[in-house]
Amino acid sequence: MAIHDVAIKVDNVSKTFKLPHEKQASIKGALINLVHGGKRSYETQQALKGISFEVKKGEFFGIVGRNGSGKSTLLKMLAGTYMPSKGSIHVNGKLTPFIELGVGFNPELTGRENVFLNGALLGFNRKEMMAMYEDIVDFAEIERFMDQKLKNYSSGMQVRLAFSIAIRADSDILLFDEVLAVGDASFQQKCYDMFENLKKEGRTVVLVTHDMSAVQRFCQRAILIEKGVIQLNGKPGDIADKYLEQNFEKQVQSKDPKGEPRKDSSMFTVKNVKLKSPNGSSKSFSMRENVTVGFSVKNHSTEESFHIGLQIFNGAGAYCFGTNTKISNITAIKARSTNISLSLSQTLAPGTYFVTIAIMNNAATKVLRYLPKLATFNVKQETEDQGVVLMDYKWEVANV
Amino acid sequence: MFNRIFSKQNRALLSELVRTDFKLRYQGSALGYAWSLLRPLLLFVILYVVFVKVLKSGGGIPHFPVYLLLGIVIWNFFYEMTVQSLGSIVGRGDLIRKISIPRWIIVFSSSLSAVINLGLNLIVVAIFMLVNRVDLLNTTFLLPLILIEVYVFALGISLFLSAAFVKFRDISYIWEVALQAGFYLTPILYSLSIIHDVTYQKILLLNPMAQSIQDARYSLITHDKLVITTSRIFGGGWYALIPFGVVILVLIGGMAYFKSQADSFAENI
Repeated sequence: MAIHDVAIKVDNVSKTFKLPHEKQASIKGALINLVHGGKRSYETQQALKGISFEVKKGEFFGIVGRNGSGKSTLLKMLAGTYMPSKGSIHVNGKLTPFIELGVGFNPELTGRENVFLNGALLGFNRKEMMAMYEDIVDFAEIERFMDQKLKNYSSGMQVRLAFSIAIRADSDILLFDEVLAVGDASFQQKCYDMFENLKKEGRTVVLVTHDMSAVQRFCQRAILIEKGVIQLNGKPGDIADKYLEQNFEKQVQSKDPKGEPRKDSSMFTVKNVKLKSPNGSSKSFSMRENVTVGFSVKNHSTEESFHIGLQIFNGAGAYCFGTNTKISNITAIKARSTNISLSLSQTLAPGTYFVTIAIMNNAATKVLRYLPKLATFNVKQETEDQGVVLMDYKWEVANV
Repeated sequence: MFNRIFSKQNRALLSELVRTDFKLRYQGSALGYAWSLLRPLLLFVILYVVFVKVLKSGGGIPHFPVYLLLGIVIWNFFYEMTVQSLGSIVGRGDLIRKISIPRWIIVFSSSLSAVINLGLNLIVVAIFMLVNRVDLLNTTFLLPLILIEVYVFALGISLFLSAAFVKFRDISYIWEVALQAGFYLTPILYSLSIIHDVTYQKILLLNPMAQSIQDARYSLITHDKLVITTSRIFGGGWYALIPFGVVILVLIGGMAYFKSQADSFAENI
């Protein structure tokens, strides 16, 4: 690849943090440590190990990873606030990071003053800001409040103002860190629209997120980071599958270590939760593709019989669907060990979903064991339609 | 190099940071910016009453009240600039962690706020000179050069302090004490002639602050022989250059330390 095609080149980057056992933010502490052999007692934590990848010019690139995987450290190094301990990062062009919206906003200044301050952080001088001031205020829809102090703004107003300034950034490379996590649905929509625009303009964008639907919708390529190393560098679909699979493994582990029965009041264990599409095991489904949830239940309790319930939540936490064996008139399960399979013909909108399983008493009136987010899956973005469910529709436009 | 340091982006950022500092300083006070002038003036009144009227420490120096005021104004500038800069990097921690701006801009912007205040205070000095009928001297043109020297000295210290404060929070207390000691070791409130031993006078005048304040008084207010300056006491010898050497060393040292620490500010704040 020719060098001028590369927007960001990350070459064998490692980052080590020294974490003092007790932070010595005082000279006395440092002196005491000097006396005690001159070495500060600290642990080293390696946040990233030998990371290498390239982002091409005009590419929409995703960085995916769980909390604590090192993705935020990587982002801060790309943004230039942290320096790599080893390796090098080469950025070709002007890069603007959005680690947070409204960086440098001061509550004691008026909205207007904050616009100029924030604009300066993006590299605009007063004259340039004057020229775009009207547009920014219009877009944020807060004309009336511009001469009030920012501390009197609602958080929604602050975010709108910050966002209106942020979209003015004219840099070659933009870096976003889960900006989408804040704000309501209409704000998220604005973010998505902006991403579409950036993509159309052919600007280089790096998006750090754990929203798999956003990764699949926008990114052309992505990397998955786990425990400080790149696990996968490839297509967003594959990344999403791998990520969800890992997340799922972790969920099961934390709920049910080694499959041993837990010694709590309700002695039920749920194991081997698997999701299947008609074509085999999967974590990523096409729209309207059948999802089969399979799992096994062991009853170690004194309950003679029980019912099983299943719920589906979307990434935003909304309860999308729920049912149980009682509703389907299945008699309460008596066996000590059972294999369950539930086939769902789903019409869920693209996005991330979580499966929760509940064990209920023989009248299905009481939950004995509740196992939230036992599995997670993803519905691929294959439509421009919006909302939480899919609907069949037909337009008829009659000219009269 | 100069073009890169003062690029359009950096200039825009610098001007916004200085504006913000200035707007926030007197936030919520009824008199607002007037405090920039009132504060040194009130301080001056107290010191004037104590040292000129009660203790009579003027020792026959002509225009002693103005002489006193100029010393206080220059010292105040040094005090304000170093104290504000000391906390500037930590105070702007949110910026440093989230956006990659040149770190020195933050220290530079707080130093410029102090410069603006110095400008306002010098207006007060000018007014007092008129009231006291101080004649304009042929050495007045030296004053800006002396102030630049004070600025450079304070900048070197500020760079060091602001970087060290990120790691060691005791620095602010230590510096407070050091400033208090410096205030009395510098002939601001008293005339050097009250010290009888010339050796001590010489030692005191090796301090760049003592040298610059005395030189400023000499160049602006009076050439009276009671104004003991560094070059007068060393009779133009090489020793008289020591304070300038100190200033340059402090600047180089401060810049070097700041540079060595700047990359890890975001992690250490």
